[in-house]
Amino acid sequence: MAVDEGLQSELQKSGVYLTTWDKLVNWGRGNSIWPLQFGLACCAIEMIATAASRYDIARFGSEIFRASPRQADLMIVAGTVTKKMTPQVVRLYNQMAEPKYVISMGACATSGGPFHTGYNVLKGIDRYIPVDIYIPGCPPTPQALLEGLMKLQEKISGQSFKQAMAEKKGEYAIPEFGENGLEPKYNPEVWNPNKT
Amino acid sequence: MELTYAQEYLFIGLLAFVSLFLGIAPLILAHFVAPKKPGPSKQSPYECGVPSTGDSWVQYRVQYYVYALLFVVFDVEVVFMYPWALVWKGLGPVAFLEMILFVAILAVALIYAWKKGVLEWE
Repeated sequence: MAVDEGLQSELQKSGVYLTTWDKLVNWGRGNSIWPLQFGLACCAIEMIATAASRYDIARFGSEIFRASPRQADLMIVAGTVTKKMTPQVVRLYNQMAEPKYVISMGACATSGGPFHTGYNVLKGIDRYIPVDIYIPGCPPTPQALLEGLMKLQEKISGQSFKQAMAEKKGEYAIPEFGENGLEPKYNPEVWNPNKT
Repeated sequence: MELTYAQEYLFIGLLAFVSLFLGIAPLILAHFVAPKKPGPSKQSPYECGVPSTGDSWVQYRVQYYVYALLFVVFDVEVVFMYPWALVWKGLGPVAFLEMILFVAILAVALIYAWKKGVLEWE
């Protein structure tokens, strides 16, 4: 049972701090989001700039870009997702640790961007995996990526751990190549344009 | 308090226990605390996102074995020479001659390998 907020602030004045288990866990989770070291196109350069000393993503606890999905809980889809790359992106997402989050960075990852009418570019990674934060821009500036990270931290602190685990499935179907590009065209569990 | 000879070994035992505990405790803790959602692609080996192919028991060419042996020749030499180089002035000419002897023995091994044609890549 949560303690009344007025009482909490009264107690804080005399040096007694109270918290709930969920708040404590979310504080830890939100301030240690480990992104997957995974860049697809030019947005990755901005992602690298965000990680470097000038913008210093370490201020938000996310400086540890993991080279293995087993240790990562954030996937920054940084750049154009070609249809050839899509199965790999989905498989890497599936292999990440729970609970996991996805930031769709830039116009290409969100909708195909300038390549929207291209024959070989996926029109948004959210057709196959659930995206939590969309960052507009072509490419987004490092400041925009940091803003997206802060939004993600807000989202993490707004959910209990159980909710976060229940929100998404552990794995999503990996598309395969068929006669006319990827099969299926999108995953209706994640993205359904016909749903009202 | 004076420690007996046997008691001094207590610290090694303590160190072994603490290091074992620090190694195993996180694994046991993670086993009970970590959230789990296993699935076929999560359980499969990680290979940069593509499905893994082939056997993990791959064979390497036998030439690498000789290179590894030759590496040991130089490796041991350098490991020994660094501490020697720090103190050899204090040790006098005997230490210098000893090092010459040591390097000479290793040089024989290298010359032997060279003569055998090991340094040529086939």
